[in-house]
Amino acid sequence: MIVRLAFASLLARALTVAMTILAIALSVTLFLGVEKVRTGAKASFADTISGTDLIVGARSGSVQLLLYSVFRIGNATNNLTWESYQDIAERPEVDWIVPISLGDSHRQFRVMGTTAAFFDRYKYRSGQSLNIQDGAVMEDLFDATIGADVAQTLGYAVGDPIVVAHGLASFAEHKDQPFRVSGILAKTGTPVDRTVIVSLEAIEAIHVDWQSGAQIPGQSTPVDEIRQMDLQPQAVTAALVGVKSRLQIFGLQRAINEYPQEPLLAILPGVALQELWQIVGIAETALIAVSAMVIVTAMIGMMATIFSSLNERRREMAIFRAMGARPRVILSLLVLEAALMAALGALLGLVLLYLGLWVAQPLIDSAFGLWIPIEMPNMRELWVLLGVVCAGVIVSMVPAIRAYRLSLADGMMVKV
Amino acid sequence: MEKRDHILEMNDVFYRWPGRASFALAVSDLRVAPAETVLLLGESGSGKSTLLSLICGTILAQSGSVHVAGADIGALSAGKRDRFRAEHIGLIFQQFNLLPFASVRDNILLPLRFAPDRAGRVPMPEAEATRLCRDLGLPDEIAQTKAGTLSVGQQQRVAAARALIGTPPLIVADEPTSSLDAATQATFLDLLFAQSRVHDTALLMVSHDARLADHFDRVIHMADIAQTTRGAE
Repeated sequence: MIVRLAFASLLARALTVAMTILAIALSVTLFLGVEKVRTGAKASFADTISGTDLIVGARSGSVQLLLYSVFRIGNATNNLTWESYQDIAERPEVDWIVPISLGDSHRQFRVMGTTAAFFDRYKYRSGQSLNIQDGAVMEDLFDATIGADVAQTLGYAVGDPIVVAHGLASFAEHKDQPFRVSGILAKTGTPVDRTVIVSLEAIEAIHVDWQSGAQIPGQSTPVDEIRQMDLQPQAVTAALVGVKSRLQIFGLQRAINEYPQEPLLAILPGVALQELWQIVGIAETALIAVSAMVIVTAMIGMMATIFSSLNERRREMAIFRAMGARPRVILSLLVLEAALMAALGALLGLVLLYLGLWVAQPLIDSAFGLWIPIEMPNMRELWVLLGVVCAGVIVSMVPAIRAYRLSLADGMMVKV
Repeated sequence: MEKRDHILEMNDVFYRWPGRASFALAVSDLRVAPAETVLLLGESGSGKSTLLSLICGTILAQSGSVHVAGADIGALSAGKRDRFRAEHIGLIFQQFNLLPFASVRDNILLPLRFAPDRAGRVPMPEAEATRLCRDLGLPDEIAQTKAGTLSVGQQQRVAAARALIGTPPLIVADEPTSSLDAATQATFLDLLFAQSRVHDTALLMVSHDARLADHFDRVIHMADIAQTTRGAE
C-alpha cells in the first residue's frame, strides 16, 4: 500500500517527476551510449587489421611500425631491402607476403604501393575483406584504387586523373606520370579509407627520373619507355606476412628479428594495437568521466526536485504522521520515491539507448566506419543501472532527512 | 483503577512550546468517559491545537500526565506513541484531511497500515471501507475515486470513515465542520454521531462554535479547564 501511495504521489506530480526521470534517463543513455561507442571504437580499432600474422619493417619501435604501416601516421626511418623481402618470402613458414611501399602523397592522402594480393589479404573487422564500391582494382601501371574518404573528400570518380606528389606535403609533383582512378573502395572505417593505392611498380615508375629525393633536371622519361623498364623495387617500406600455421608465428618473428643481413623488426599486429590503444585509451577515460558527471548532475537535479517538493508536501506528511506513521516512514517514503524515479529513469535510459542504437547504428557505420553491435545489456551495464538506483537512494537521503526533521517538528499540525 | 474508567484523562498537564515565542498551556483536569461525546469549546488561540497534540502524543507534557485508554502516553517511547495513536485514536481535522492523490479507499485504510491490532478487528478492510462510506451517505463507487476530486463535504465524510475504521476507542475531531456550510454541517454531525454510537466510540470534538452544543453529551469550555500564558517567561 505504501508503494502504491508513493506511486500515486509521484503521479500527482507527474510533470516535474517526468522531467526528473527524463533527465536521469538521458544521462543514463549518454553514459551507456559513450560506453557502447567506446567499446565499439576499441573493437573497431583492434579490428583495423586482422588476418595478418606479422608486420615486418626496418627495426624501430613496434608502435611506430604499426603506426606507419597500418595507420599511415609518421614515416619509416628505414626501408626493407628487396633482398630481405625475398628472403622472408621464401621462408617455409610463410604462406603469403604483401609488400607495402609508402612515402608519396596525393593532396592530404598517403599513397601506398602494393601488390594485388593486398586486396585479398588485408582483412578488417574480424576477417572482412575490402570491397570495391565503384570501378575495379588497378590493373594498369598508372591505375590507382582510392579509399572511400579520398573519393568523398576530393570528389573523385572512376576515370579521373590524379597526380602524385613526392614525399608528404610537398610541392614537387610527379607531373609526368598522371594516374587514373580505376576503382573506389567501400568504406571500412580503417586507414585504408584515406589511402591511394597503386601498384608497387607504379611507385618505382614515378621515381624513374628522380634521385635522392629530387627530380634530375631536364630529364623526363616518356611514359612508353617507362612501361618497358624493369620496375623491380630496390626496397619496400614494410610487409604484411601470413604464416601457414599459427604455431609458427613466434618462430618466424624471432627469425626475422635476428635476421643477420639487415636490422629488421617483426610485430604481431594485435599486440601492437593493444599497446597503441593504451596510449589512445586515455581519451576514453575522459569520456567516461564526463558522462559520469552528467549522471551526477541528473542526480543532483532529482535531489533539488525532492527538496522543492518538501514544502508543498508537509501536509501530506502530517497526515501520515496523524495516522500513526513514524517519522521513519516519512523518510523511507521519500527514499522509496527517489529509488522509483531513479529506477524508472534507468529503465527509460536503457530503452532510449537501444532505440538510439537501432536508429543510429547504420548511420554511424557509414559515417565513421564504427560498428556498434546491438546486444543484450552486459553485466557492466547492469551494474551501471543498479549504481544509478543506489545513487538515487543515497542522494535522496539528504531531503529525506530534512523531511524527517520537519515531520518531527510539525507533528500532525502544519502551520502553513 | 480509576483511570480505566476514562478513555481520556489529563491531570495537571503543563506544556511550554520550545523557542522564543513562548506559549504555555496548563490543563488541570480533563476526562472523557468511554462512548461519551464531548464538545470542547474554545476560541482560536486558546491552546486547542496544543491540547490535541498532547492527547495524540506528538508532543509530550513537561509535567502532569496524559492517559489514553488507560495508558500513560508520557511513558511510551516515540515509536510506541506513534503506534499507540494509530491503534487508539481516530483523527479528523478541520480540512485537508486526505491524501489528494490517493483513492478514497486507500485513504480510509491508511491508519490500519500503522495499527495492526486495529487492522485485526477489520477482517475485510475493503468491504468495511465500502460499508462506512455507505453509512456516511457516500456513494459506493466513490471508493476508487481520487480523494482530491471530492467536494469538501465528501472529503470530511471520508475523513470520518477513516477515523471510524477498526473502531478506535476515541475519536478526536478538530473543528471538522468549520469548512462546511450549515446544512452539510448538521448532516455530517448526525452521521458522525450515529456511527460513533454504533461503535461505542468516545468523541472529543474541539470547536469554537457553541451552536453545536446540543448534539453532545457534555460541553466543556476551554477556559474552565486550561490556562494559557504567552510572551516572555
